[in-house]
Amino acid sequence: MANSKIQSFTRFLLVALLGGLIAACSGGERETDRAAAEGILLFGNGTEPKGLDPHLVTGVPENHIISSLIEGLIAYHPTDDLIPAPGVAESWESNDDYTVWTFKLRDDAVWTNGDPVAAGDFAYSWQRILTPILGSEYAPMLYVIKGAQSFHAGDTEDFSTVGVRAIDEKTLEVTLEGPTPYFPNMLKHYSFFPVNPRAVEEHGGMTDRQSGWSTVENFVGNGPFKLKSWVTNQMIEVERNTDYWDNETTKLNGIRFFPIENPSTEETMYRSGRLHLTSTVPQDKIPSLQESVPDQLRIEPYLGSYFYRVNVTRAPFDNPKVRQALAVSFDKQLLVDKVTKGGQAPATGFVPAGIPGYDVSTKVQYDPELGKKLLAEAGFPNGEGFPTSEILINTSEGHRKIAEAMQAMWKENLNIDVGIYNQEWKVYLDSQSSLDYDLSRSGWIGDYVHPTTFLELFTSGNGNNDTGWTNPQYDALISQAQLAQTEEARINALQDAEEILLTDLPVLPIYWYTRVYMKDTQLRGWEPKVLDNHPYKYVYFETN
Amino acid sequence: MLKFVAGRLLQGILVLLAIYAVTFFLVAATPGSPFSSERAIRPEILAQIEAFYGYDKPVFERFMTSLGNALSGEFGPSAVYANRSVTDIIAESFPVSLKLGALSLLLAMALGIPAGIIAAVKRNTWLDYVPMSAAMVGICLPTFVMGPMLALVFGIILKLLPVAGWFGPEFWILPAATLGLVYAAYFARLTRGGMLEMLNQDWVRTARAKGVKETTIIWRHCLKGGLMPAVTFLGPALAGIISGSFVVETIFQVPGLGQWFVRGALNRDDFLILGLTVLFATLIVIMNLLVDIVQVALNPRLKYE
Repeated sequence: MANSKIQSFTRFLLVALLGGLIAACSGGERETDRAAAEGILLFGNGTEPKGLDPHLVTGVPENHIISSLIEGLIAYHPTDDLIPAPGVAESWESNDDYTVWTFKLRDDAVWTNGDPVAAGDFAYSWQRILTPILGSEYAPMLYVIKGAQSFHAGDTEDFSTVGVRAIDEKTLEVTLEGPTPYFPNMLKHYSFFPVNPRAVEEHGGMTDRQSGWSTVENFVGNGPFKLKSWVTNQMIEVERNTDYWDNETTKLNGIRFFPIENPSTEETMYRSGRLHLTSTVPQDKIPSLQESVPDQLRIEPYLGSYFYRVNVTRAPFDNPKVRQALAVSFDKQLLVDKVTKGGQAPATGFVPAGIPGYDVSTKVQYDPELGKKLLAEAGFPNGEGFPTSEILINTSEGHRKIAEAMQAMWKENLNIDVGIYNQEWKVYLDSQSSLDYDLSRSGWIGDYVHPTTFLELFTSGNGNNDTGWTNPQYDALISQAQLAQTEEARINALQDAEEILLTDLPVLPIYWYTRVYMKDTQLRGWEPKVLDNHPYKYVYFETN
Repeated sequence: MLKFVAGRLLQGILVLLAIYAVTFFLVAATPGSPFSSERAIRPEILAQIEAFYGYDKPVFERFMTSLGNALSGEFGPSAVYANRSVTDIIAESFPVSLKLGALSLLLAMALGIPAGIIAAVKRNTWLDYVPMSAAMVGICLPTFVMGPMLALVFGIILKLLPVAGWFGPEFWILPAATLGLVYAAYFARLTRGGMLEMLNQDWVRTARAKGVKETTIIWRHCLKGGLMPAVTFLGPALAGIISGSFVVETIFQVPGLGQWFVRGALNRDDFLILGLTVLFATLIVIMNLLVDIVQVALNPRLKYE
């Protein structure tokens, strides 16, 4: 024992010396340059993925990896979020009212286990995600399909009641609940991704949550890359899939995803030349990075809304005037300039900017005088008698800073006292969904580029409403939008619905997200995208 | 001695059982659940997931099942990470933590103990003042300051060492140094104190009067006793290095246990929390037992009782 300890210690010293020498002699060639020459992307990816099964995961880091490994019917366009690019489907068409869609699958799409990608694989996959016993959190994305909701709710066990039909090996027909012209864009989301039935059946079957098909040994995909290695908390590596139908377009030879949770560590790694891309940037460093490396710091719009939920079942927040007073009495511009500093846009409405064809609402503007007046009308002149209330946040320095700014501005403008209390993430989620809060810090990122992904949240009975607010007129407008025959009528109904939301204000819009990250100057084909999806097959380095 | 070891082992098992029970019920009583999600899950779906992991049973029944599994060495699946059992996670990350811990501890002893001896022998000279002041600074500087500082100097400015990751020996140096330096400081101060106590004993004066060489006095007569405080500190040091490595693991992206421990708690990944708690507790129990044995071996005034 002692001997081996001494040995390992001498070895350590030797290695330390050698390591130092080698590093000193190698002249500091950066890992990023070496990797770029080999066509390998080094990608800071936030956290360790919880899994790689597209039907069971919900997070952004998981999405980054899965979208390199699996391809859905429709793929992401390299520059425009609204254009559906051909994926496994080489063509698609709908009937006149966009309720029945037919997808023609390409002949050369194959799985990494050699199976051709067939229409039946999609039917199998969608049945899998909708099976209640699998417990998929993203299954409601598929409710757009006829009968999907009642199948998922367990009302029937007969999947033929759901509007998915493989007409033949290469033709898939999907019948929807209502007219949905943007259905192809929804299909880009990983909840619609296929899984290989043979692989799933071999490792526990369709409904096994702990099925081992998506581990590194067993993974079967059909995307531009295939899974090469997965070292927990270190690195996931994918390499070029030469059998991919569009391998000619793919330029990278591989991607290494590094799960780095600590933004400072990630930044240090980037600066020491070990990453081409980071997932984020430490908030405090944004101003200094803006000065020192403006060509590498990226600040891009992101389709997300940061807001406070208001518990409308509690006094005094049951009074719309109180909610309106709160909503207009903090200076969003000041908040994004001085506190968040990441180029966020002050939110004057709930649906964020960046959705073509949808006019951003400008209804909620900073107006402290109006705030005072409304609060007085609600029975609290100059804040007198306003009960002490609290902002619930999940534990995070960033959320706390914002809450403190809100607290100070409400005190100054309305003379009311609002406290802040933080809870751990899981506890906070429980408090929010059981309406055990006054005001609760919230955020929502769009799943697809359409206002529906934001506005359907606040319909009565929506599981994510979490405010206690219901409005029959609002519900009617949302379902009117769902059934609208034209996109114009749909957008109009949604704008009217948002108007109601912003009049009643069960939510206080604060800002619209941006994505702030570092990007190596050699990287090309990585364009700003509001959903932060960058199809990897178009990404390359200037050197190769 | 056998009787002593057997007795202590039995005690250890009781301690572990108690820790297991307390952890289990504390975790069960904590609000939040591993299945809470930002996206609402329909109640009937949630019920399916809960049933899958056995959460639909009464707490006491769950405790008995979980204890039974734990006794057979199986802590169950992670409730958050797909396809991974707690045993897998431990098997993957424990060797990393052990390596990091061993390297840091060796570094700490290799630096701290000689520095302490020299400081005691050359008391009140610069050989005493300089290392002891450095040790004071080392004790006061937390790892979350030391780590980024070392990364900045050796990684970014000098470009000598990688700043994060665990891909090979050159990656081990900065985290082991960060963790080791703090403990080196403790070892230095403890050894100095222990040695000084020995050097001031009457029999040392007698030995000197008899003309015994100074080196013999230090090496043969004082060292054994002088190291006692440092040896006693080994147990807590190892526990501290393993449980306190979370910060270092985060700064340097080391895939060890510490990260899982914190993540397990944040995710409310009950099985993982239990598994890791039991592991840490076992380590501490074993380390304390070993330290006791070594202490008796070094100190003839102690007996196995």
